[in-house]
Amino acid sequence: MIRFEDVTLRYPSSDLLRLDSATFEIEEGELCLVIGPTGSGKSTLLGCVNNLVPRFTGGTRTGRITIDGVETTTLPTRELATTVGYVGQDPLAGFVTDIVEEELAYSMEQLGVDEAEMRRRVEETLDLLGIAELRRRPLRTLSGGQQQRVAIGSVIASAPKVLVLDEPTSALDPIAAEEVLALISRLVRDLGTTVLLAEHRMERVIEFADSMLLVEPDATVHHGPVRQILRQAPIKPPLVELGVRQGWEPLPLTIREGRRLAAPQRRDWTQSPPPLPPAPTAGDPVLEATGIVVEYPGVVAVRDVDLTLHRGEVTALMGRNGCGKSSLMWAIQGAGTKSAGRVVSDRRISLVPQTASDLLYLTSVEAECRAGDAAADLAPGTTAALLRSLVPTIDMASHPRDLSEGQKIAVVLAVELVGNPDVVLLDEPTRGLDYQAKATLARIIDDMAQAGRAVLVATHDVEMAATTCHRVVVMAEGEVVSDGPARDVLASSQLLATQVSKVTSPVPLLTVEEFCNAARG
Amino acid sequence: MIRRYFLPRPLHPYVWWLWAIGLAVMASGTTNPLLLAGIIAVVCLVTVSRCGDNPWAKGFKLYLILGAFIVLLRVAFRIVFGGGDGPTVLLHLPTVPLPSWVAGIRLLGPVSLESLLYGLYDGLRLATMIICLGAANSLVNPKRLLAALPAAMYELGTILVVSFSVFPQLGESLVRVMRVRRLRGGQTTPKSRRRRLGVVETIIVPVLSDALDRSIALAASMEVRGYGRGGQASGAERAASTLLGMGGIIVLSVWSYFLLAQPGIGPHLGRVNVLEVGLLIMGVAGIVVAMGIIGRHVQRTRYRRDRWRLPETVVLVCGLLPAYLVHLVANGPDPSVLDPSIPQHQWPVVTGPLALALLIGALPAFLTPPPVLSTSTNNEEGLS
Repeated sequence: MIRFEDVTLRYPSSDLLRLDSATFEIEEGELCLVIGPTGSGKSTLLGCVNNLVPRFTGGTRTGRITIDGVETTTLPTRELATTVGYVGQDPLAGFVTDIVEEELAYSMEQLGVDEAEMRRRVEETLDLLGIAELRRRPLRTLSGGQQQRVAIGSVIASAPKVLVLDEPTSALDPIAAEEVLALISRLVRDLGTTVLLAEHRMERVIEFADSMLLVEPDATVHHGPVRQILRQAPIKPPLVELGVRQGWEPLPLTIREGRRLAAPQRRDWTQSPPPLPPAPTAGDPVLEATGIVVEYPGVVAVRDVDLTLHRGEVTALMGRNGCGKSSLMWAIQGAGTKSAGRVVSDRRISLVPQTASDLLYLTSVEAECRAGDAAADLAPGTTAALLRSLVPTIDMASHPRDLSEGQKIAVVLAVELVGNPDVVLLDEPTRGLDYQAKATLARIIDDMAQAGRAVLVATHDVEMAATTCHRVVVMAEGEVVSDGPARDVLASSQLLATQVSKVTSPVPLLTVEEFCNAARG
Repeated sequence: MIRRYFLPRPLHPYVWWLWAIGLAVMASGTTNPLLLAGIIAVVCLVTVSRCGDNPWAKGFKLYLILGAFIVLLRVAFRIVFGGGDGPTVLLHLPTVPLPSWVAGIRLLGPVSLESLLYGLYDGLRLATMIICLGAANSLVNPKRLLAALPAAMYELGTILVVSFSVFPQLGESLVRVMRVRRLRGGQTTPKSRRRRLGVVETIIVPVLSDALDRSIALAASMEVRGYGRGGQASGAERAASTLLGMGGIIVLSVWSYFLLAQPGIGPHLGRVNVLEVGLLIMGVAGIVVAMGIIGRHVQRTRYRRDRWRLPETVVLVCGLLPAYLVHLVANGPDPSVLDPSIPQHQWPVVTGPLALALLIGALPAFLTPPPVLSTSTNNEEGLS
């Protein structure tokens, strides 16, 4: 269905190849999962399918691309609209109209679909996506998951042969992401559309995937069966990692398979529980917030919350989007509104906001670092040195907006940390990061805790919380629902359990590392 | 029949604009404050009852505030600078002496009732016209208006769609960036020079680059979804349409010159002025042909095309008839009701015909199908 022959791509700004003679063929009706580290060229590869790359991004591309037997190498993107449906990361950025129904119809309007036919297809799409009750709603008033469903609907309404989805869940919270991925897998089964999907929450979709495309950092591309590609992939979901480390055959892709393979260990452990790493002891309290209330017109975002942060302790703040995590953080930091409550701390508090790039406005990383030095009255070069210790590979001359998400966060962190704050608040730093970038971030957070700082991380990422956080606070509706050691909170919860703990349950092991240590005895 | 007529549906986007322009024309022909207040009331009534719960309808309040601001500003100007002064001095303010070379401008000084009334009447007229246009804007989604443009204007429409989408987002980015800026400003030790420098860097640069990113994303999204598909005119066609279009516009400007500056010049054929009518026809024909050439390539359809039915005609009549009535009054036996004399302290009155005009203007509030609410799950929409 989709055939790449020796496709090579280079962007004009650098000599680096982004795709190095990519050659593969995807069969009709196949769901192909595209994986690779952040910045490896997944989006570039997906953009090549409908020629968005290089037509919209610039660059030089060689090689041949054929879709459904038609050579599309030089066709303009708009001429491919009937063949390839494309859904990007941020649904809101792609909306052309402002009402759900009109958005669904937009593509068909452009294609000149007959009015009665269009009406029928819009109705069908509304039902297929289960959004019929939203039909007249303005797009901006929808939740993130609903918006992404509309975006997918607006593409499939014109019945393209190929559906290309570029990280459709990266801007969503886990529940909304679940919603969208469930929809995608249903579409694949029901409609038989050929789908190319880049997704960093790959554990949710690998079971439906027929094949995998791995884009390596050196720009080479490998296509093959899921298990084979997963083995050679530098990034794997924890369950697959566990399977590889334990030498399980075949590699488990679902929790069900994992549980079956781990049955012997589980049996052993229920008789003699494995030794668990001791819970780290918390230091002195450095920040005490009592009775925090944050109100916006018509909503109470945070409802009478008490929170104490301790020296050297990493605390995860979890809960669905809009449960008050950000509001609480901003209120604690002092820059946000606070209707009532007291924050007792004589320490410096740093907050890294959700859109970290808003904090970066100078023209180069180096200038940002110099500004950081100046702001903290430090010797020139201190921030730059700190940044290099965080991410050694960063190019100091590049523009902050050109950095990957992970690098942006690192720069913001460096600028913030150089002032030597005692309390660091991170608002969803894992958004859009892949496993590798998350590992780097985890190391940075760990270092901060080692240095005696109190860290509060708002995150949706249970694996991240399990590996780096000592304590987990769960919020709902502006209130703290549970607060306790990470192991107790995560392992006992249905929704917040890590993949490993789902496999080992009822034994409360959280990470691959813990499982392997316990299995070794 | 009546049930069918009143089934909730949005009216054709043009019709509200025509209605509002009719009322604005009516307002432009009068300084009678009672009549103007009446027009504002009518506009508010219709807008509130027919704007539905759409996000763009929320802008109407802003237009009302703008109107009030204009009136206040006009009156304040009269107090400060004077003008149109009469014998009835209400207040003696000290005159600020100005050098001789600014003769003709006066600061403060005596404030007369006449001067204030002139300011009030004039401001009220302008405010009413602006509120009329604001009402049209709130009653019609601007994007629907664009969608109803003829095919040839499609590209223009697209540019407007992108800007319409980016502007609200610009506001959102601004709020976010300001919040983040407070974060950075709040905790670093004050560096006043940097902060002063910072306004451009810390606010404008992130907001604008955000807007640029979003515009590009939107353009890419439109491209991906087939916008402008097969709509490439050949070079010759482009040249021909540009030539015809420009020619048409030039002819029309010549026509408007003859019409405004030297009416009645040129040969007559019966009562028709051949020169004026000829130029008008030539100009319009040129533009229509130019649009036809470009529009031929645009093959797109409309989802739920706006149809012109009876309610549309009713609204149109309710918009144009009041303007016509006011026109009749202005040419009638007593045109002074439209412009109550200020020096003679004539009390403004609304006569029978004017009251009738207001009444007709208000009828769309009752004689049109109600708007479809965004939360309603009603699948049927009119007869379509």
